[in-house]
Amino acid sequence: MKSEAILTHVSAIFKREIKAYFGSPVAYVFIAVFLLLIGFFTFNISNFFEMGQADLRAFFEWHPWLYLFLVPAAAMRLWAEELRMGTIELVLTFPITPGEVIIGKFLAAWVFIGIALALTFPMVITVMYLGDPDPGPIVTGYIGSFLMAGAFLGVGSMTSAITRSQVISFILAVVICLFFILAGFTPITEMLADWAPRWLTTVVSSLGFLSHFVSMQRGVLDLRDILYFCSVICFTLFANGIILQYKRA
Amino acid sequence: MIEVKHLSKSFGPHKAVDRIAFTVQKGEILGFLGPNGAGKSTTMRMITGFVPPSGGTAVIGGHDILREPVAAQKKIGYLPENAPVYPDMTVFAYLDFCAQIRGFSGSDRNRQVMETIERCFLSGVEHQTVSTLSKGFKQRVCFAQSILHDPEYLILDEPTDGLDPNQKHEVRLMIRKMSPEKAIILSTHILDEVEAVCSRAIIISKGAIVADDTPENLKARSPVHGAISVTLAATDADAFIACARSVPGIREVAVIERTSAALKARIFPETADPLAAEHLMTALSEKRFEVKSLFVEQGRLDEVFRAVTTS
Repeated sequence: MKSEAILTHVSAIFKREIKAYFGSPVAYVFIAVFLLLIGFFTFNISNFFEMGQADLRAFFEWHPWLYLFLVPAAAMRLWAEELRMGTIELVLTFPITPGEVIIGKFLAAWVFIGIALALTFPMVITVMYLGDPDPGPIVTGYIGSFLMAGAFLGVGSMTSAITRSQVISFILAVVICLFFILAGFTPITEMLADWAPRWLTTVVSSLGFLSHFVSMQRGVLDLRDILYFCSVICFTLFANGIILQYKRA
Repeated sequence: MIEVKHLSKSFGPHKAVDRIAFTVQKGEILGFLGPNGAGKSTTMRMITGFVPPSGGTAVIGGHDILREPVAAQKKIGYLPENAPVYPDMTVFAYLDFCAQIRGFSGSDRNRQVMETIERCFLSGVEHQTVSTLSKGFKQRVCFAQSILHDPEYLILDEPTDGLDPNQKHEVRLMIRKMSPEKAIILSTHILDEVEAVCSRAIIISKGAIVADDTPENLKARSPVHGAISVTLAATDADAFIACARSVPGIREVAVIERTSAALKARIFPETADPLAAEHLMTALSEKRFEVKSLFVEQGRLDEVFRAVTTS
């Protein structure tokens, strides 16, 4: 009975938010830009064809960097709009819990990004046509990318609740996500290894997104990596709730 | 009923609401009056669960807003200040969303939304995007979502704000029609609205209640309540004053205006005696004064409001 109510509430919020995403031309521009950039980086910068490898490494390795800018752009309107329009007062006085609203909005944004991700499928078809790739890493790569996008999104949703200004929310999200990426970025960890004790280097690099995405690109679905991304999502959504609570008080 | 139990709210050092307490029963329409910044909206936001109180609580239909927020919010219809709506949605989609959240589904939901659209006179615009509507229509759309689920308790923050006189009239009629089975709190700056719609009024100033009474009783607090205002054809003021003073039960006579055509005066009886006007009329006509108009003042709410909020 109670779970039915939660489902109704979350799905009502979800449907409204998804319609809001796709009702605006910005969504289509966003998807187009995402696809264009991913294509550009894969084919031109990574020299996909010249490499002659029938795998999608050149494709997946750009995801974190694209998400760094595009996911905060998709997330910045989630709460900032409600704060600006005053509809937050409406939504939080409905007979639903703030948690249900947070989850509904997050899921809608995640599905939106998921659709953008799914639209990169022609890449897979290209590779399958040109060669004989190992399907495993492709599947796990997509799963990992989707989870990672969720983690980026959690950060973006959280920063969106901090301010009415979408621009500030965007910048904050990019900075935080940059920290998450750089923490696992090899040149940084190498630099850290020079002077930091071993355990510190390990801790810092395991905080980062990249180290958890890498094995998924290789075809390994490590439970620890999945747990990591899920924890980041849960933590950021929880922080989202706290921020909203603080704003009302 | 709604029980507000010593609600307080401080924003940092500033005490916005100071231990406000009152009850509203079903069938009552309570008007919330007060200068801007007095704490009306903040109080309403605490009752509806949007702002957590610094102290005290509100119990709506037996549900404490702090302990059982969702159960309490189910019974409430709330129209926030500035009537927030989602600009990118159509009127129908917006109300449909609100209905979904409130648990309506299927054809039931459709019917409920269509009925509400008709009740709020939104029939022509249901497929129009909200951002293209005028302020009056936006207000009505937000009002519609507050009554959509036929709640037992209505909390309306300036429901007629921005509406033209006809629309104001319609909304007030709607509120009055709904009131027998509901407990309604509405806040307003418009004093005639209080007289036209409310069975009871609370005046809030600087976060605290300074008056809580029916509009009639509040008006009776006015210093001119019960006073008799007369307009005579131009005549000798002193003779008039002497005549008026000779009537038993008259405390004071004050001449308000003296022009070449008329003499206006206010006569204050000792007590609010309904017969005082009659006695005065008799005395004046005996002395052959030409009375152009004579009426008993009820007192004005704005005078009482000013007196009570600026002291």
